[in-house]
Amino acid sequence: MPEKSWNVISGAARKGASRRAAVALAASASLALLATACTGQSSSGASDDASKDVTINFWHAWSAASETKAVDDLVAGFEKAHPNIHVNVVANMTDDKINQALRTGGDKAPDVISSFTTNNVGKFCSSGALVDLNPFFKKDGIDPETTFPKAMNEYTQFDGDRCSVPLLGDAYGLYYNKTAFAKAGIKSPPKTWSEFETDAKKLTITQGDTYKQLGFMPNYHGWETTTEHYFGQFSPTYFNKAGKSNLATDPAFTAGFELQKKLVDELGGYKKLETYRATLGDEWGAKHPFHTGQVAMQLDGEWRLGMALAAKPKFEIGVAPLPVPDDQVSQYGKGYITGTIAGIAANSKKQNAAWEFVKYITTDTDAVVGFSNSIHNVPSTLAALKSPKLKYDPRFKTFLDIAANPNSTTSPASINGGVYLATIQNFGYDYESGKVTDLKAGLKKTAAQIDTDIEQAK
Amino acid sequence: MSTITLASKRRRSALRTLAFMSPWLIGFAVFFAYPLISTVYFSFMHYDGFKPPTWSGTKNWTYVFEHYPYFWPALRNTLWLVLVMVSLRVVFGLGVGLLITKIKTGTGVFRTLFYLPYLAPPVAATMAFAFLLNPGTGPVNSILEKVGIPAPGWFNDPTWSKPALTLLALWGIGDLMVIFMAALLDVPQEQYEAAELDGASAWQRFRFVTLPNISPIVMFAVVTGVIQTMQYYTQPLIAGKVASGVIQGAGTQFEPGYPEKSTLTLPQLVYNLGFQRFDYGSACVVALVLFVLSMVFTAFLMRRRGGLNLAGD
Repeated sequence: MPEKSWNVISGAARKGASRRAAVALAASASLALLATACTGQSSSGASDDASKDVTINFWHAWSAASETKAVDDLVAGFEKAHPNIHVNVVANMTDDKINQALRTGGDKAPDVISSFTTNNVGKFCSSGALVDLNPFFKKDGIDPETTFPKAMNEYTQFDGDRCSVPLLGDAYGLYYNKTAFAKAGIKSPPKTWSEFETDAKKLTITQGDTYKQLGFMPNYHGWETTTEHYFGQFSPTYFNKAGKSNLATDPAFTAGFELQKKLVDELGGYKKLETYRATLGDEWGAKHPFHTGQVAMQLDGEWRLGMALAAKPKFEIGVAPLPVPDDQVSQYGKGYITGTIAGIAANSKKQNAAWEFVKYITTDTDAVVGFSNSIHNVPSTLAALKSPKLKYDPRFKTFLDIAANPNSTTSPASINGGVYLATIQNFGYDYESGKVTDLKAGLKKTAAQIDTDIEQAK
Repeated sequence: MSTITLASKRRRSALRTLAFMSPWLIGFAVFFAYPLISTVYFSFMHYDGFKPPTWSGTKNWTYVFEHYPYFWPALRNTLWLVLVMVSLRVVFGLGVGLLITKIKTGTGVFRTLFYLPYLAPPVAATMAFAFLLNPGTGPVNSILEKVGIPAPGWFNDPTWSKPALTLLALWGIGDLMVIFMAALLDVPQEQYEAAELDGASAWQRFRFVTLPNISPIVMFAVVTGVIQTMQYYTQPLIAGKVASGVIQGAGTQFEPGYPEKSTLTLPQLVYNLGFQRFDYGSACVVALVLFVLSMVFTAFLMRRRGGLNLAGD
């Protein structure tokens, strides 16, 4: 593009145009070029022939050796079934990189992408970065409503545009140290948040200014103890029918914030907990505080079980659904659901071939089951959830049940992606640290901020 | 006839001058004028990189200045770093340069020791500092506690995060040290001898001989320091991520400026708005604020340059 701009400038100079005119012309031409070059198309009118020999690019976020091998095996299965379609796999791609590549386009840009977060689905759909897959599903006679679990169906579309499809899911539950539970005289995992508070205090053993064992790390920086994962147990409605934030009006949010703050205060206070957190191991490493026994209970996704077992902890691991509010005991068993998604780039010139690949990895029962067995994530089709080929530790069943539970919740897609979730989380940091003390006023202000951010994105 | 020849000569001369200047002109047009014009243009547009840009008037400006919750904290942090970090880096760099030029033996060793940290990649250096200054397990706090000094929270404490970044910047002082050493060795010795004969003290020799001689270099260090600090991105981002524990995870929520927005700088906002939210218009607004601030600081410092020429040359 700069080369073309220069041609315009030199051309104008040669013709003796005034300098101002040349600059104006150059600027206009450059902007026009920029606008046309960067503008993609959002329609899914794919015309490529998927039966011809073709290579597609697949970008995904998995990075661990065992995970990338699982992806390679999945791709090998596809290539065996579709010998004419070859897949060039690019691992360890974050959403930032994916988003930039989707805008840039070109031969090396992804035809198919996979993202670890559902937070950006709204942005992927509303911007037209990924194509609407509804026509593809329709063409192949696949009904998403009967193929995928309800929550997964919800988080893969925005405003009727199904620009993504679930590729394995994540369900959040409670991990607990059975040995520590027995030592503290606790017989079963907590079912309500009141029981949870009592257990967390019982399990906490202080040692001077720090802890020998912490019952639970409630801080929002405690990796998976994010606002949306807590709130999932309170079944909130994030937006009203007009699309405005419900943060200040839905009592579920108030209850969620109050519960977490109470836990922070009761377990030692924000500063003490943050100082302790800074001493703990990495979330993805073997020295995760739950593996080492430094934290007795952990809010986490289904993948933790495999990681914890691999770390060979010196205690017995228990798994249960997360507690529910005291007045929702009948809904015990629900949880927060999210997952990895896949989609087809709007800039791709091989969308039909890309669809064959996406269809295989997300709807072929054996492929989904095999991938789930390797990655230790929750299968993302109803058929795969019931498949006898699914291999899992008996404790993993808890997460399969959470995924299938109709009361399980997710956070909805938004036009500006996960900005509203980050805004709520940032308010959470201020509230847990005591920087904000008036919860009601804080929620109102945060809701207004969410509405303003959404308005800005439109 | 002669008038025509003269005009023709002038025109040829002007064209020749233009030809010689053309590499710079091309560079200026392509890498400065065009991006600047584009940035101003896009700051008034709604553009997400996919749909064609649409005119949005002053909406982006209003959003950034009135509604974007990270702008003012980032601006305050950037100004703090410009004032404190740049000043300390110049003073420390000059101090180290002075010290090394005075050392009689082992100059090469000390020069290497002070210069080496500058060569460390910023990400690695920041991660190392975050581990060294870890409030719970870092050796720095262990030592402080042993000698009875209250241990700060460093990158985990909003009060201490910027001073910790300043420490990191002082550790990598090698670039300024080398520049100042060259300037100090260039000060004419006869001026020092004359001052000594006049009975000037060490401070007076520094104040009335050294400083006036090296003032252009001090100005260079300050101006480039201000511009570098305006672009300060990697170190605060990595420090915040490491300290918050959100060092990886492709889908993990990221809190900008951990802790409590104290490490947030304006370039981080350009990235956040432009390449995470894909709100190019608002990102351009922040970029223009950075540009204007850099220009204002540089113009102010250039005007004040006379003040640094203490001998009034």
